[in-house]
Amino acid sequence: MKDILAELESRRETARAGGGERRVAAQHAKGKLTARERIDLLLDEGSFEEFDMFVAHRCTDFGMEKDRPAGDGVVTGWGTINGRMVYVFSQDFTVFGGSLSETHAQKICKIMDMAMQNGAPVIGLNDSGGARIQEGVASLAGYAEVFQRNIMASGVVPQISVIMGPCAGGAVYSPAMTDFIFMVKDSSYMFVTGPDVVKTVTNEVVTAEELGGASTHTRKSSVADGAFENDVEALAEIRRLFDFLPLNNREKAPVRPFFDDPARVEASLDTLIPDNPNQPYDMKELILKIADEGDFYEIQKDYAGNIITGFVRIEGQTVGVVANQPMVLAGCLDIDSSRKAARFVRFCDAFEIPILTLVDVPGFLPGTSQEYGGVIKHGAKLLFAYGEATVPKVTVITRKAYGGAYDVMASKHLRGDFNYAWPTAEIAVMGAKGATEILYRSELGDKDKIAARTADYEDRFANPFVAAEKGFIDEVIRPQSTRRRVARAFASLRGKRLENPWKKHDNIPL
Amino acid sequence: MFKKILIANRGEIACRVIKTARKMGIKTVAVYSDADRNALHVKMADEAVHIGPPPAAQSYIVIDKIMDAIRQTGAEAVHPGYGFLSERRDFAAALEKEGVVFIGPPSPAIEAMGDKITSKKLAKEAGVSTVPGYMGLIADAEEAVKISGEIGYPVMIKASAGGGGKGMRIAWNESEVAEGFQSSKNEAASSFGDDRIFIEKFVTQPRHIEIQVLADKHGNCVYLHERECSIQRRNQKVIEEAPSPFLDEATRKAMGEQACALARAVGYTSAGTVEFIVDGNRNFYFLEMNTRLQVEHPVTELITGVDLVEQMIRVAAGEKLPFAQKDLKITGWAMESRLYAEDPYRNFLPSIGRLTRYRPPVEGPTDRGGIVRNDTGVFEGGEISMFYDPMIAKLCTWGKDRAHAIEEMRLALDTFEVEGIGHNLPFVGAVMDHPRFVSGNITTAFIAEEYPDGFQGATLDEATLRRVAAAAAAMNRVAEIRRTRISGTMDNHTRRVGDDWVVSLDGQAFPVTIKADHDGSSVQFDDGSVLRVESDWTPGQPLARVTVGGTPMAIKVGKIPMGFRMRLRGADLKVLVQSPRQKDLSALMLEKAPPDTSKYLLCPMPGLVVKISVEAGQEVQEGQALATVEAMKMENILKAERKGVVKAIKATAGASLKVDDVIMEFE
Repeated sequence: MKDILAELESRRETARAGGGERRVAAQHAKGKLTARERIDLLLDEGSFEEFDMFVAHRCTDFGMEKDRPAGDGVVTGWGTINGRMVYVFSQDFTVFGGSLSETHAQKICKIMDMAMQNGAPVIGLNDSGGARIQEGVASLAGYAEVFQRNIMASGVVPQISVIMGPCAGGAVYSPAMTDFIFMVKDSSYMFVTGPDVVKTVTNEVVTAEELGGASTHTRKSSVADGAFENDVEALAEIRRLFDFLPLNNREKAPVRPFFDDPARVEASLDTLIPDNPNQPYDMKELILKIADEGDFYEIQKDYAGNIITGFVRIEGQTVGVVANQPMVLAGCLDIDSSRKAARFVRFCDAFEIPILTLVDVPGFLPGTSQEYGGVIKHGAKLLFAYGEATVPKVTVITRKAYGGAYDVMASKHLRGDFNYAWPTAEIAVMGAKGATEILYRSELGDKDKIAARTADYEDRFANPFVAAEKGFIDEVIRPQSTRRRVARAFASLRGKRLENPWKKHDNIPL
Repeated sequence: MFKKILIANRGEIACRVIKTARKMGIKTVAVYSDADRNALHVKMADEAVHIGPPPAAQSYIVIDKIMDAIRQTGAEAVHPGYGFLSERRDFAAALEKEGVVFIGPPSPAIEAMGDKITSKKLAKEAGVSTVPGYMGLIADAEEAVKISGEIGYPVMIKASAGGGGKGMRIAWNESEVAEGFQSSKNEAASSFGDDRIFIEKFVTQPRHIEIQVLADKHGNCVYLHERECSIQRRNQKVIEEAPSPFLDEATRKAMGEQACALARAVGYTSAGTVEFIVDGNRNFYFLEMNTRLQVEHPVTELITGVDLVEQMIRVAAGEKLPFAQKDLKITGWAMESRLYAEDPYRNFLPSIGRLTRYRPPVEGPTDRGGIVRNDTGVFEGGEISMFYDPMIAKLCTWGKDRAHAIEEMRLALDTFEVEGIGHNLPFVGAVMDHPRFVSGNITTAFIAEEYPDGFQGATLDEATLRRVAAAAAAMNRVAEIRRTRISGTMDNHTRRVGDDWVVSLDGQAFPVTIKADHDGSSVQFDDGSVLRVESDWTPGQPLARVTVGGTPMAIKVGKIPMGFRMRLRGADLKVLVQSPRQKDLSALMLEKAPPDTSKYLLCPMPGLVVKISVEAGQEVQEGQALATVEAMKMENILKAERKGVVKAIKATAGASLKVDDVIMEFE
């Protein structure tokens, strides 16, 4: 018996050693942690339970049968984050460059199946050179098996991908189908075809970092939802994000004790809106002053800054925030911001996370580049996402809510539960100047007349009361009491039940 | 006594005057520009009159507009505060003509003292010792260079009508005179509407000590002792105190009597200040007389118990001074820190914007027997605009002696919360702990000498660092335990928060073991020493009041990944609290170099481009002026840091820029 135990320990030791000292040292030299070190930092201390430690590949081509390391380049299992269950896979770059074989894929599929069955999120730590070429089509099949599970799990359990090394070719499509992608700055990249192929095919010379680094994907492509300085910080911040997310689509968003008065008055919000209607202000200040303890986890911070998305807590419970940002493009909706917000709204709706919408939108961004780019269909995504969402929806209009953009931003007409407006709100078809220029086209030559007409229009429509008279605004509230009003609104919606008609699935304008 | 007075000013001084008027049962009228529609002084006053667009030249210093406001409201008297119209003879004269009382000196006295050249002559005649200099007016830069050569370098170039450091330059050589002369002239024109300039010898190693005088219309004149204002940055006072740690009784008396002699000589009434330069041998030279209430008057009020604004109002109403010289004693010690909207980490460049958080310390008596006073004109949610003086508040403390006043100031600064703009709180906090300042061995060159390369934050001593580390460990434990109380945890498999942590700050790592009980926690360091931490802090609170090892501390706390940003005593620390495993693995992370911005000239502050001095393709030398940016009425010349060639100009004159906007690119 003693020998058998010793044998087990020795096998375990070999498996845990991964690709061996030399490769581990090379990994460390790049500022990257090993697969197991990453799991150590991601999960609660001592909570990790491993699966398939001794799985080895079955390839016999190219002399592969002589090298069959235990684990086959990926560590899988489950553990807890602050006591809540999560399934994890962590690719081991020190073993065959973390390349994906048939068995490697099977290990990932196993934990994904269990995650779906048991209702817990999946976090994938990606660090892989790609398909294991020696295995040929078996490797491709493996990818597809993973893809299929990503698709089935979508909307059932949250899936988070952290790109912590290379992720190229077909491999990118697994993270692409998860809910969130985070990257590590300077040590991770993602692309469908790498710089060498790009050079051969298009003659473009580009570095891997330029083509698919964290900066590219957080700022230009919007493929990634955020980026972190290094592995240690990334894993700590993923733990923080995890605390905002429900375990699966059958559960409510998590609640934790909070140390912030839900009735906290913020007198400074009464002066947040500048006197000059064309002057921007920082919507993030409002988010931070509404949120419990000023804690905000922003998603896609560096992309389409004209809309802000992220998570806060109100009375300890997760709430998704979507807010126009007047500091960028005057807070206009455009293709990028509509796509960004639509995806976020759909995530919240899929996982029963209530949505708070803060509105200051002068309309959709005009121009050929927008129209040619299909702003009609992209804008419709956000409209669709809000309209189909059945979670509690509370909206606060702080200033402009003009035209179609007013309708889009979780208006009362899209089954918004609460539509509050600040006294500074202007809910109208368009700004006063534009409106009078259309209504009084014949008087355009007379500056004074037009000015008088504009003033009239402002008096009549540049306020929340026309909408309030019609019941489109439930209540005009004082800015300083926004947190209390919003908290009470969400509290009243805890029992909300709303179902959409049965359908196979909808046909959102993709 | 007056029934209603108008305050022809804004900001903290308008609020300050309103407070006293209200105490005296006098109704108040505020005036305001477009930028001050929601300002505190407007809210505090009984009435408020709008007087025009934001620039002071179109509102606060337009005499006609103030006169209209007086007529409209029926105010019987006007308090001018400081700056703006406070030292304008024509304003006092205009009031006189309408039969409105000016709460200040008579107009001839303003005229005599307001012009620095005339005032020096008068002082000389009154037997006051003066600094050598050129008393005449200077026509152009060429003449300025010639005169400076005659006086001998270094010289001081000053706006004749100036004050508060505006339009003032020190020049050490000919080219600096030429450059400084023009910018002083420009600043003087835009700030005071008077571009006359004069030059005098710059006395090295001086202290700035001034005497507060108070005279009534019945021939009584007293001095309320001195204020030392040596802690200055570019001639802008930052920290003032009363009394001076340097004066002996004899010098104090001599200075006070000379100040009164000068006041009498010009028929002075109301409150005024005679400024002196004092050298290391306690020789003092007349500098100028300010015929108004000084910014730093609160320190005098704190040590004498006299409300200077009240006395100004009473004198203006014709009352006699209620005290004689012998009644005016010095009680305790007072300090004033001027809180400016200037970013100390960016070479004190002006910072404008919204005060997203503004929580001054509680005013009044403290637990330790001191007093805290905060004169301010702003409020949380208010705006610091580019149009006016960048001062946010004047924080004053009083103690039984200098050490006590400093200690009170340290704690008051640590509990003063200001967010949304850059400000000099960390800097004044650092000065309060500076051994040379604490010793009282200061000169007006203190800041230039002690912070020659600017301010990068204070360095805390080992004992304080340990206390901060212990506090962070205890606070982190509270936050981590809360995280484990989330809903949806696995029954019987919840996370147990560990006792062992490693706190990293300021390049040091402290492995600690933390044991908590009902009243707090004990943090044990690896050398066996233990610090007891007690606090009612809960996660999310931006100000933590913590007692560590018996020492009370106030720490401003922000959340960063794996730890806290902690600010106290002028230090801005990134404090990481990591598990031992996290700490070990962090050692493997690579240090990353910050991005290289040396190829660009970035706009260091929000402001307006006044001039681009070079062209694309031009070779520039180190120190050459590249561009001029105006912010807060100050012209800032941006100079080349090294020799190079301009590749492209990215901004044009007249452009309004944000911080870090690119002005030009180098090859």
